Amino acid sequence: MTSKIPESLPFSIVRSTFASKVAFLGFIVVFIAAVTLPWWGGRADMRLVVEFCYYLALAQLWNLLAGYGGLVSIGQQAFIGLGGYAFFMMAAFFDVPPLLAIFLSGVVTMLFAIPTAFLVFRLSGAYFAIGTWVVAEVYRLSFAQVSTLGGGSGMSLPISVVKSISASKLEREILIYFLALLLAMGVVTALYVLLRSSWGLALTAIRDSEAAAESLGVKKQMTKYAVYLFAAFGTGLCGAIIFLNKLRISPDSAFSVSDWTANIIFIVVIGGIGTLEGPIIGTLVFFILRGVLADFGAWYMIFLGIVAVVVMLKAPQGVWGLVAKRYGIQLFPVGRKLM
Amino acid sequence: MSWIDAILQGTLLGGQYALYAAGLSLIFGVMRLVNIAHGDLIILGAYIALVCVEMLGLHPLLSMIIVCPTMFAIGYWMQKLVLNKTLGNDILPPLLVTFGLSIILQNVLMEVFSADSQRLQSGVLDTASLQLTDELTIGWLPLICFVTAVIVIASLQFLFYRTTMGMVFRATSDKAEIVQLMGVKKDRVFALAMGIALAVVGIASVFMAMRTNFDPSVGPGRLLYAFEAVIIGGLGNIWGTLLGGIIIGVSQAIGAQINPGWQQLAGHLAFLLILIFRPNGLFPRTKD
Repeated sequence: MTSKIPESLPFSIVRSTFASKVAFLGFIVVFIAAVTLPWWGGRADMRLVVEFCYYLALAQLWNLLAGYGGLVSIGQQAFIGLGGYAFFMMAAFFDVPPLLAIFLSGVVTMLFAIPTAFLVFRLSGAYFAIGTWVVAEVYRLSFAQVSTLGGGSGMSLPISVVKSISASKLEREILIYFLALLLAMGVVTALYVLLRSSWGLALTAIRDSEAAAESLGVKKQMTKYAVYLFAAFGTGLCGAIIFLNKLRISPDSAFSVSDWTANIIFIVVIGGIGTLEGPIIGTLVFFILRGVLADFGAWYMIFLGIVAVVVMLKAPQGVWGLVAKRYGIQLFPVGRKLM
Repeated sequence: MSWIDAILQGTLLGGQYALYAAGLSLIFGVMRLVNIAHGDLIILGAYIALVCVEMLGLHPLLSMIIVCPTMFAIGYWMQKLVLNKTLGNDILPPLLVTFGLSIILQNVLMEVFSADSQRLQSGVLDTASLQLTDELTIGWLPLICFVTAVIVIASLQFLFYRTTMGMVFRATSDKAEIVQLMGVKKDRVFALAMGIALAVVGIASVFMAMRTNFDPSVGPGRLLYAFEAVIIGGLGNIWGTLLGGIIIGVSQAIGAQINPGWQQLAGHLAFLLILIFRPNGLFPRTKD
């Protein structure tokens, strides 16, 4: 795509490059492989891809907040838990059809994010981070008090609901597989489109310099609110799908900072914060490390933490940042290049 | 009467929270650093105290003689070797590095000490209490803890505003680049401040370990109480952290009085309520 620049100028601005065209072909191959996986892969592969998909989606959304919006949240588990609980309540108590319930869970989560944003946006920087964590704790402790939801020990998705989703276990797993795939693809595509739009330009400007962006007329606060609510919607959808997959929810698992937010932060930091490619690389690294270190228990988290700290200290742009800088490539053509 | 009792016990509990918060406030005051691993460092201190008590047979209160200098050294070197490299205009590195340290510390403690719940037995102090009226009694341990908190905060206030070291701290906080022209080694000042903050954390850890059960996973909870106390009191206001701690403590005690399940929730809600009406805390000193 070439922008409209008078012919007389000795250069042009391009967005897509050779690397991004090759990458696009690569994505198509991966996409076809993923869509056909239920016919050639095993059930264990499917489960792994499901997990990969929701970590990728969560990482992309956290990256949108922290990497682009300057909103470092340690409280995204609030929205995972809200999405999960919203889904369980709608499916179990109000007989909402499961697929509709998943979508509505995202909407409900976003509605909860409005008062949450009102509170946490009063804090800035590092205080915002801990503030979001406090709010997530409030949600966790509140859900533990609701006895109809099983209180602190949580609840299972009723058998009748599970049966209404699909007759057999395999069918349900295939459905969840495609939901997770749709979610990950949807989030990546949505962010790609968003970053190429004028919103994306505003966000990138905020990422690079808040003061300069504001002086050029970017509505910083409004952009941040919009990004926060969008991330809440997506994270809520993830939560609904995660707990549909698990069939059981409890406040401690739904609002867990170490299960969700810690992993997501490590993924984005290691992969490369503030890029669309980073979280994909990070999720791959995360799953490879987990596979290799599966037998070492807590040492796995210790190792992952050390890697993340070292990356943050030595190469804050992460693995993808190093690659992109070394070779000057961009797989998602969201930037502009002078030729 | 039970309400007065709740307020009284909550106030004393607030002393403990103020001890958690004092270190966090000091670090923020000197280097604008928010240490996410603060809560896990409190738990680390508690385990160091546990080792001292079990191996040397010390009384828990006496274990501070070892815990505090050890924590000082940990803080000094953690700042010097790791955290100083994260300070700058970007808020991401300090935040994400301390978050990483928090997760590392939790899991290391888990590997070394297991997830079992621990507590320091302090003999007669566990139960000794002071009869105020027929219905009101206060435990000696909470009282000692509260008085210690007041002394620690007064000492920090004195250190910060009345000594040469405090002057260097404040000057470095204001203009870190300029003080270097006067021969101050910025990195060393920051390391010293972190050392002092963690020595205070050491005191807090011993009291926490004597008063409540702890395990490697409870650090983040302490961080949140400390953080809330700092924000309620007002950023940069050391005495404010005592007030913030008391507000959290009293809210928790009142919440627990209504319903035992509401203890933690009430503390957090009190914080959010204050955040709505006074986003800069009750007595802010610094703007950031």
